[in-house]
Amino acid sequence: MSTPIIKVDAISKSFGSFKVLDGLSMQVMPGEKLALIGPSGSGKTTILRILMTLEKIDGGHIQIDGEQLYHMERNGQLLPADERHLTKMRQKIGMVFQLFNLFPHKCVIDNVTLAPMLTKGTPRAAAEKRAMELLDMVGMSDKAKSMPAQLSGGQKQRVAIARALALSPKIMLFDEVTSALDPELVEEVLNVMRKLAAETDMTMLLVTHEMGFAHDFADRVLFFDRGRIVEEGKPDEIFRHPKQERTQGFLKKIIAAGHRV
Amino acid sequence: MTQWSGYLGLILQGALVTIELTLMGSVLALIMAFLAGMGRVSRFFALRWLATVYIEFFRGTSIFVQLFFAYFVLPLIGLELTPLQAGVLALGLNVGAYAAEVVRGAIQSVGREQYEACIALNFGRWQGMRHVILPQALLIMLPTFGNNAIELLKATSVVSLISLADLTFQAQVVRSQTGNTLVPFATILIIYFALALIISWGIRSLERRMARGLDGVRV
Repeated sequence: MSTPIIKVDAISKSFGSFKVLDGLSMQVMPGEKLALIGPSGSGKTTILRILMTLEKIDGGHIQIDGEQLYHMERNGQLLPADERHLTKMRQKIGMVFQLFNLFPHKCVIDNVTLAPMLTKGTPRAAAEKRAMELLDMVGMSDKAKSMPAQLSGGQKQRVAIARALALSPKIMLFDEVTSALDPELVEEVLNVMRKLAAETDMTMLLVTHEMGFAHDFADRVLFFDRGRIVEEGKPDEIFRHPKQERTQGFLKKIIAAGHRV
Repeated sequence: MTQWSGYLGLILQGALVTIELTLMGSVLALIMAFLAGMGRVSRFFALRWLATVYIEFFRGTSIFVQLFFAYFVLPLIGLELTPLQAGVLALGLNVGAYAAEVVRGAIQSVGREQYEACIALNFGRWQGMRHVILPQALLIMLPTFGNNAIELLKATSVVSLISLADLTFQAQVVRSQTGNTLVPFATILIIYFALALIISWGIRSLERRMARGLDGVRV
């Protein structure tokens, strides 16, 4: 049995007096596709942001690929990570945001090539070649020279996925990547993600309200509530036969809101 | 009948000095604005402190006093400046202090999501600043930079007080030699106004060029 690529151990995090994560622990195996579901404020987005080092943690430990994320081992002691250690660790992780966060002053291909050129020193020609392959994969190669403002939300999100992939991370985090899209644009982004899951062995964590997609896409579903994982299991178990009352209540509300499960 | 053409030549010479002062002062102001403005958002306390002291001091004291200080007081500690050097120094430092706050405000007005994208793509702090934040912030700074440059242009007239032969100085020369007030001062009024228009126009076209493709992003 292989070792987990992500090991989250008793992470706690508060915003002011509000405890978002309450001693959260979880493990993810390499190549696993995980769906994180739950009501808003349950901490599912926060744990993604913590894995991307966008938030500080109050307590606990995280291991990525066998190495501490927020700590460095020095002479057998665990010290808080410095910028250099974080930079090294971030190479393993990529993230796609709900609001795309494209660079508005750069055209599509420059959005994709900037990170490899800056952080890996990839020559422009090689970075552009790779970018075109990625843009091709997400169906955006014909818009390589367009500015983000000229794209639809779905197109922006597909570019954002290509941009994150350009650094070849081992782990990809998707934070409600279709929540900001018009309904008719959701499917084009989900299709890209299906393709990604089928063609790569990347570990993927996805926070989503698209229960139907989570069901088809995920190997495992985690249900979050009040900063903890209340229930986890295979998609069929969680969606068809939830054991916990809170999971049942949440799914009932989601279905009442018209989402397909 | 006064020979106006000779006097006009005098005023045009003054205009050259005013333009020179404005250009050199603006360059210094721009450098100071970026140094102090980025110092204000530095994560190092000492830099933040230094930038704040500079900004508050030069905004809080009169440019008049600053100029006299540069020209008359600095020589007492062995720093002899020509009137032009003193003028550029005072104007650049004074306007730079105002513009530094413009730089800070613009940097901070770039959305948090852009900073987060920089972290997620593993840029170093400086890389993100240089390639993502500043290019967007620059566009926000430009209109106010235009104001600052016009302020600087108008403030150049104070250098006439340390006998630098700028527009205002030459107008006074013409006035004392001809006894006519209307003609020299109406002339320099028009010249100042024309120069300010050129600055406005220059900034606006720069803005248009930089905003190309960003439609929908700018408000």
